[in-house]
Amino acid sequence: MKQKRLHIDWTACDGRGLCAELLPELLAEDDWGFPTPRDGAAEPAVPPALEPEARRAVDRCPALALRLVS
Amino acid sequence: MTGATHAPGATVERRLLAGASDGRLETHLAEHGRMPALDAGQIIGMARDAGLTGRGGAGFPVWRKLSAVAAAGRPAVVIANAAEGEPASGKDKALLAYRPNLIFDGLQLAARATGARSAHLYAPQAALGAAGRVLDARRAAGLDAVPVTLQVAPDAFVAGEESAVVAAVSGRAAAPADKLIRVIESGVDGAPTLVQNVETLAHLAMIGRYGPRWFRAAGTPEEPGTFLATVGGAVTAPGVVEAGYGVRLGDLLAAAGGPSSRLQAVLVGGYHGGWAPADPALPVSRAALEPFGAAPGAGVVLALPEQACGLRETARIAGYLADQSAGQCGPCINGLPRIAATLADLAQHRARPGLPAEVQRLARLVSGRGACRHPDGTARLVLSGLRAFEADVAAHLVGRCLATR
Repeated sequence: MKQKRLHIDWTACDGRGLCAELLPELLAEDDWGFPTPRDGAAEPAVPPALEPEARRAVDRCPALALRLVS
Repeated sequence: MTGATHAPGATVERRLLAGASDGRLETHLAEHGRMPALDAGQIIGMARDAGLTGRGGAGFPVWRKLSAVAAAGRPAVVIANAAEGEPASGKDKALLAYRPNLIFDGLQLAARATGARSAHLYAPQAALGAAGRVLDARRAAGLDAVPVTLQVAPDAFVAGEESAVVAAVSGRAAAPADKLIRVIESGVDGAPTLVQNVETLAHLAMIGRYGPRWFRAAGTPEEPGTFLATVGGAVTAPGVVEAGYGVRLGDLLAAAGGPSSRLQAVLVGGYHGGWAPADPALPVSRAALEPFGAAPGAGVVLALPEQACGLRETARIAGYLADQSAGQCGPCINGLPRIAATLADLAQHRARPGLPAEVQRLARLVSGRGACRHPDGTARLVLSGLRAFEADVAAHLVGRCLATR
């Protein structure tokens, strides 16, 4: 199965930082608290083992700015 | 340094801009005649064989966009995009004033190719009056199978970005949108939507009449056709000129009257472009400009005189671009002003250790992190400025300037 990716809607994201807390393996925070994919990709790849955490981050984002896409 | 073989079609040549410039329908029909009857498959095939790419900056193959919108299988919307928010660019305004009928011919071809039921011209307010009169004349002559409506483009840098265009035509603010759903699948009112730069459409109208082989006689095999360039800065006769891709920089500048002083560098591709050396032999092509982080883009060429500081000019543009953020995405809202301010510190001799490295870090930090490519384009410009004016970066760090000493 193809690896999923994490899509960030930057027009919705307001940098609350929950996603970087839930997914420290994938996301860091920039100087202003906005998520920064550690792999440098616009849509970082989500390894299967991290999919449950990624789903939690999607569900809990207060701005509804995250999507898991294939 | 740029001794690559020179394609015979890579010269200054007027095609779109040939003939009389009164914008009248009679003049247009006397010159080019009516468009031959072409079906969707023929139009897409001609665009593919011609190798026509978008002239709005991104350079995407037109036939692929046409096919994708057509393949959606639902009634589409086509939009001619004349929003030219970039202050250094004037070619779309010129084309709309002088060759509006080529644009509308191309818009009808795009509508036929995609199965569109509605078409729009998105242009600055100042251009809409004249465009409306041209459309009236075309309606009277029975030229436009798909009716065209006019939509005002606000005077803002990002207002011409594809999803911002769709938002404006949909009655919302002209701001870029998230790209999870692409406008070719779901744009205006959920319809598959084609947004194409007006120059691109004018080329399509020429290809529809004169064919792909004629089109490819200009430019290079890799980048066929001519492009409109807005040449400004330190040239004697700034303005819009036309040339085949691969044209020597010196020939392009000569078409705008030639340099008005010795040149230090040229900004190619506009405010989202990059600085290239003012080498008269440099071909204006993707391949030749790539090493400098530049591309022909939407054809802006800005000549920087020898006595002007390239870092100051880059900082000025970065400041403008930061102001032009749509204010939606965090990395853009926060990062662009910080980049501009840091670069301004370097340009204005408020040096501190690690300043150039900090500009580089910030430029990389914002890249790829926005709904549109405004952060990426700004980062590209700034990084190219640090490279092109490397010697001046060192001078500025010790309180000097090589250009304005």
